Amino acid sequence: MSTTSVVPEFVRRTSFIELDARFRAEMLMDAGTGRELVGPFERIESPWLPEQGIAPQSDDGCVVIKGQIGGKPAVVVALEGGFQAGSMGEVSGAKMTAALDLAARDSQNGKKTAAVLLLETGGVRLQEANLGLAVIAEVIGSLLVLRQHAPIITVIAGTVGCFGGMSLVAELSSYVVMTPEARLGLNGAEVIEQESGIEEFDSTDRALIWAINGGEQRVEMGLADELVEDNAAKIAVAVRKYVQAGLPRAHRSQQVELYRERIDALDVSQQIDPLSLRSSWDTAKKSGGAR
Amino acid sequence: MEHLKFDYPSAKRRVTKKAHVGVVGSGDMEVLMQPSETGAAHVSVQTSVNGFTQSWKAVMDSFFARYDGAVSIHINDAGATPGIVMLRLEQAAEVIEQ
Repeated sequence: MSTTSVVPEFVRRTSFIELDARFRAEMLMDAGTGRELVGPFERIESPWLPEQGIAPQSDDGCVVIKGQIGGKPAVVVALEGGFQAGSMGEVSGAKMTAALDLAARDSQNGKKTAAVLLLETGGVRLQEANLGLAVIAEVIGSLLVLRQHAPIITVIAGTVGCFGGMSLVAELSSYVVMTPEARLGLNGAEVIEQESGIEEFDSTDRALIWAINGGEQRVEMGLADELVEDNAAKIAVAVRKYVQAGLPRAHRSQQVELYRERIDALDVSQQIDPLSLRSSWDTAKKSGGAR
Repeated sequence: MEHLKFDYPSAKRRVTKKAHVGVVGSGDMEVLMQPSETGAAHVSVQTSVNGFTQSWKAVMDSFFARYDGAVSIHINDAGATPGIVMLRLEQAAEVIEQ
């Protein structure tokens, strides 16, 4: 018996989660097409972190790679979850905004350029305060321009997840791909517990957190489009599929009435549990996704 | 926050490649290694942990006792231990020498 048949597939697979931001981005590109923009040797670092005694990173935790995915022009922007929890600062935000703007410009000039955002982020970088908040608005502004022309695919692989202002970016994307290990939410569990108390949300209860913020629940609720296991090849296939698919018929964020109706239809007289929410939310959720 | 600088004039062998390894996460660091313009090795370290100049020098001395490439090194450090520093340096050198 050969080793390949003895060793199970989940052991042999290349984990996407275990890759750093640069490898993740390169992994998604067609071989030999990727070119990094404003790479680490340009040394465009956060000017604010050293003033607070925090070491900066030479790419500010944001990797931009331009190239092709499935033969189509694309730019991948990957956030490095290992650096300041992938938080958005002045520099990383400017890089993401510029990448989206350039993709929009190319798209308007006839070269449709999809954007893939690998969001591993706690949101605004608190050390950069208002500048961090401002870049979220800038990213969203640029994203809304680009998505009129070309799809934006957000991948949330874990283990940081996607929170804060960047969760808005995820939900404004054309498509969202998640792994079961990933989480997506506006406020993180610890923030909710800190603000509203442990009765509201116990941030040590992992099962509870994943039941609400986890990839499986988000997909079942139609807030993300596809659940893919932590396998770099499978995630690359999913991304290629959505790049090829082009723009969805309607973006999720354009279906305000649908979501309003769903929320109105919920019985909130008693505590809703995440599992039953999937069915009571709307069994016809497929129509509500960005498909 | 401290900025440290070290020079190794005896590391003269010409290199042509660049290497970027590591991440500025707690207990880790990133290394940017590229060909030096002066023909000798230079190291600059930006670290968030103060007071370890002698430890840095000891690790760098040890590394350049075995490595002779004329490289320019920049390190952003978030509290890597000497073992991790050496590991990252060797990893960067491996990329350059491949």
